[in-house]
Amino acid sequence: MKSIFPALIAAAITLLPNSALPNTQIEPSAFTAKSGEKLWNQTQTISGQVRSCASCHTSDPRQAGKHIRTGKPIKPMAPSANAERFVDPKKVSKWFKRNCKWTLGRECSEQEKADITSYLKSI
Amino acid sequence: MKTLIFSTAAVALVGTLGLGIQGAWSDDDDHSFSTAKWNKMKARSTGVAAVTNALYTEECGSCHFAYPPGLLPASSWQKVMAGLADHFGDNAELDANEQQQLTEYLTNNAADTSSYRRSRKIMNSLQNTNTPSPLRITEIPYFRHEHREIPKRIINLPEVGGNLSQCNSCHQHAEKGSFNEDEISIKGFGRWKD
Repeated sequence: MKSIFPALIAAAITLLPNSALPNTQIEPSAFTAKSGEKLWNQTQTISGQVRSCASCHTSDPRQAGKHIRTGKPIKPMAPSANAERFVDPKKVSKWFKRNCKWTLGRECSEQEKADITSYLKSI
Repeated sequence: MKTLIFSTAAVALVGTLGLGIQGAWSDDDDHSFSTAKWNKMKARSTGVAAVTNALYTEECGSCHFAYPPGLLPASSWQKVMAGLADHFGDNAELDANEQQQLTEYLTNNAADTSSYRRSRKIMNSLQNTNTPSPLRITEIPYFRHEHREIPKRIINLPEVGGNLSQCNSCHQHAEKGSFNEDEISIKGFGRWKD
């Protein structure tokens, strides 16, 4: 019984409707785009350094950015300025993981990722 | 009989010579010393092996100059790849499969496995030091020796960025693994001669 219990819970979660699970299937809207813009420019101090998305990507995601440490140019993040963005889901999740950890000191929630994505797609 | 032995030996000799000559001069083209071959020899005698791995260029070269693996010993690359969650202050985590592929690429082409001149110089300079497996290329004695005459004011130029970490700020053909002195052109400064 003990060993079957986690499996039962997993099965129960799988059977739940999507709406019962937080942070999935978030529809892009003006509201999430607005939150995304706020998060984009929000600064936090991590390891003694003031950081935000804009540190490397500038406060206008339609502009090219520059890696804050190495100076390597970064192409614009807004798909309106760079059609390569948000094409490869694997790439998107990789960079969210790396860059959320650097910028916020933790991984982003699904809500935050949806907010940022909607913001970048809205401009 | 004597003649037969002699002629057989002669044929064998000519055959061997012929093969030898063919072997020495057979090339991808008609020239005994093609430009491509010459360039390859020149690269080997002056540089490090160029980066040939597309995954490496993509994963590592997105954020910084894609350092040729022949600039660090395998033991250094192992340390770098084991600490990607804090990669000189950045998060550079990879998925397990890519991490393994890139670790293999880097260690298989590291300075201690390369016959290129600068890789050999790097390994020689690390012998009998306290840090035989440095994390930074800029800590290698040979690297420090080669860059010792560059004044702080040049290093601090905004185009250079305050450190010697971005090879291609000055070495125009760094991406090809070439670090010849006559190819140096410092961004924001110009040609450099010591």
